[in-house]
Amino acid sequence: MSDINLTIDGQAVKAAPGTLVINAAKQVGIEIPSFCYYDGLQSVAACRMCLVEIEKTPKLQVACTTPVAEGMVVRTESPTVREARKGTIEFLLTNHPLDCPVCDKGGECELQDMTFRYGAGESRFVEQKLHVDEQQWSPVVFFDAPRCILCYRCVRVCDEGMGVNALGVINRGAHAEIAPNHFDHLECDECGMCIDICPVGALTSGMYRYKTRPWEMHHVGTICTHCSNGCKTTLGVRNNQIIRGNNRDQSGINGEFLCIKGRYAFDFVHSPERLQSPMLRKNGALEPVSWAEALSAVAQKLKEVKARGGKFAVIGSNHTTNEENYYLQKFAREALGTASIDHHRTGDVPTLLDALSGKTGALATTDDLYNRKAILVIGSDLSQQHPFLAFQIRANYRHHNAHIYTVTAGPVREQKQAVRSIMTIPGQELEDVESLRDQLKAEPELVIVFGDAIKGDGVHKLVAFGDSLGIPVKYVCLVDYSNSRGASDMGLSPRLGPGYRPVSEPGLAYDEILAAADLDVFWVVGANPLKQNALASEKAFVVVNEMFLTETALRADVVFPAASAYEKNGTVTNVCGEVQRLKAGLQVMGTKPDLEIIGLVSKEMGINIGIWTHDKVFDEIRTSVHGYNIPLPIVASGGAAQTTPVNGHVPASSRPDLIQSSRDTLFTSGSLGRYSKTLSSVLEAPGGLYSGERP
Amino acid sequence: MTFSPELEARFAKMLESYPPGRTRSAVVPMLLYAQDEVGHISHELIEEVARRCKVTPLQVDEVVGYYSMLHKKPQGKVHVQVCTNISCLIDGGEELFQHASKTLGIGNKETTPDGQFSLEEVECIGACSWAPAIQMNYDFHHHVTPEKLDKLIDELRRKQ
Repeated sequence: MSDINLTIDGQAVKAAPGTLVINAAKQVGIEIPSFCYYDGLQSVAACRMCLVEIEKTPKLQVACTTPVAEGMVVRTESPTVREARKGTIEFLLTNHPLDCPVCDKGGECELQDMTFRYGAGESRFVEQKLHVDEQQWSPVVFFDAPRCILCYRCVRVCDEGMGVNALGVINRGAHAEIAPNHFDHLECDECGMCIDICPVGALTSGMYRYKTRPWEMHHVGTICTHCSNGCKTTLGVRNNQIIRGNNRDQSGINGEFLCIKGRYAFDFVHSPERLQSPMLRKNGALEPVSWAEALSAVAQKLKEVKARGGKFAVIGSNHTTNEENYYLQKFAREALGTASIDHHRTGDVPTLLDALSGKTGALATTDDLYNRKAILVIGSDLSQQHPFLAFQIRANYRHHNAHIYTVTAGPVREQKQAVRSIMTIPGQELEDVESLRDQLKAEPELVIVFGDAIKGDGVHKLVAFGDSLGIPVKYVCLVDYSNSRGASDMGLSPRLGPGYRPVSEPGLAYDEILAAADLDVFWVVGANPLKQNALASEKAFVVVNEMFLTETALRADVVFPAASAYEKNGTVTNVCGEVQRLKAGLQVMGTKPDLEIIGLVSKEMGINIGIWTHDKVFDEIRTSVHGYNIPLPIVASGGAAQTTPVNGHVPASSRPDLIQSSRDTLFTSGSLGRYSKTLSSVLEAPGGLYSGERP
Repeated sequence: MTFSPELEARFAKMLESYPPGRTRSAVVPMLLYAQDEVGHISHELIEEVARRCKVTPLQVDEVVGYYSMLHKKPQGKVHVQVCTNISCLIDGGEELFQHASKTLGIGNKETTPDGQFSLEEVECIGACSWAPAIQMNYDFHHHVTPEKLDKLIDELRRKQ
């Protein structure tokens, strides 16, 4: 269909059929004010703020539900329209308490801005205002009914966006108010989407309320450090303290989406249990010491063990940056001369890359999950484990009517949208996928998202299945943590170096390291392998970079207090291979980023393995790690650039037996989750996988 | 929560009368009939209706809040509803309501301490031709005067 021609405020506008007047105006830079209209959610025309004059139509029309028509003449700034806006604001303020001086939203409130721009200076209402007391619905959600303008944004985002449907509107007329699903409290994802989307200060956050004025913070756009989805979270920082996390500017791959972890679980940063000084074991007990003392103790021990040809092993992190992972493996391989380096593997990325040898464009991006016509989810409770990917798929279903298939071991939220769901028995996923063959063949294209249920040979079989469908298929191999993918790509592996280059002499793998009785030095960076396993080597000198005294740190001889992801610069790679930039928001006294710690130790040892600033290391990664030669401007400006897959065989078995998802829910996050008070404070925590819909 | 056998039978039939997947359509009639039997709409009743109609309790609560004929608070044994819409207003409905309030000693949407009467000012009950009209539970009374109202209330009091 050809474009439709219309006139808005005297300007000729071309718009696609079906475009709403409010969006057609936006295309030519004319802003029509509105509260209830929200891109991507259904229009409800509740607020009446977007009234415009349309020629040959006797009454004013709402621009948010009126589609463009040929020859339409729209006026958005006529005296009648201006009068109507004034009236609407006056009505919206009838019962509004006008408590802006103490309202969290003050300064970034849409109602304030609209009143300032379009409202009348005074009100004709002299009646007493209706008052309802503030309610607390959960540790993170508070509701102040009098401030609410009933735009239904929260109700819609919870229902359509999250698929939770925890909010509704009770009573009617002036008494109508938003209500939570359990009479006086919420049982939901606790994602806080309703708070961010609220145009006024009616829904406020338990973490942020009454803490600050918005203009007193500086806002740092960085990447959430909890799961592998790589959502951008904008930290509001004041006096070196994170006060909130949100993404109201809708930047980053995730748009406005954030789950409870991205929005609230930054509080581990300020946990009283945070390590802020290096610790050295003296007479059997860990004691705080200076950085100089700790560094020299480690360097001496490392030099001594290296000189006598002792045995080293390193376990790296799923949370640290690409630069740190790259530098760590370089340190292990070049400075310590060991290939015994590994990390907790949560998905079989190497095998997928191997199976995709020779293909290009077969790795899906997060955007593909929103745009591709069909999605198959295998072996993951996506809404719990990968909330942003689940959000993308839900939006794809809503906006594009995508066909969704699920093969899972229990009930999942995606089933509600699925054209076909199969409840499988763990281990039988591939057989059940096979039964979808005819249906999948009829799809124009497909994205297959698979969890740790498919690994090793299974991945090869899955890709063979995808090939046999005869349609374009893209894949996402699910991994758990913020830089799980980066750890794998950067070569934290005994058999594979950075960019999956083969290693001539393989070292010990994760389980072999822990089981080696003759280990001399064991260095753990940002991981907690001793939570579930014991370290066989009793004589091992253990060095740990950690934020907290974890089970592993307690066994250490030296503990270096590490900076969290929110305190450092660098890059991380998300589950879809998209590289994004971390930006330091604050500093915690006494801690150092792992990159610097490794750099300082090598300096102390008198070994030069290169400059340890994040940008220099990233330069080296871009030139030496296959797939990471990504456009710098995209990453530098806060965008996401997908790494290109290796185009050749990955020459090593991935040890499928070591691949195990940590099965975190929305309310757990490995070791980090334990130190986030908010995450464990909600009623739903810790939750479980495959528990289906909450009542 | 269970209801009388008659009501259970009625509900069973009701749920079958809508097309498949549209059980939510039964929310309003189920609430109305259940209210008659239980007396008012309790939390427990809301949850029960939600379960039977396969919607969330909040969705039922939204309906309850919207319709003024569904009551969350227990009503009196006799629920006196005085219409004060246009026709009744012109013929003295407003005065009738004030009188009823005085006679019963309660205000709008209140119940007498003995639980016998409750009073509500309602919108049009469709009896304009016989204004002013009142409704007591499901019984209509036409051309009601203050005297006639007192008599009605007296009779009811004596019966109880």
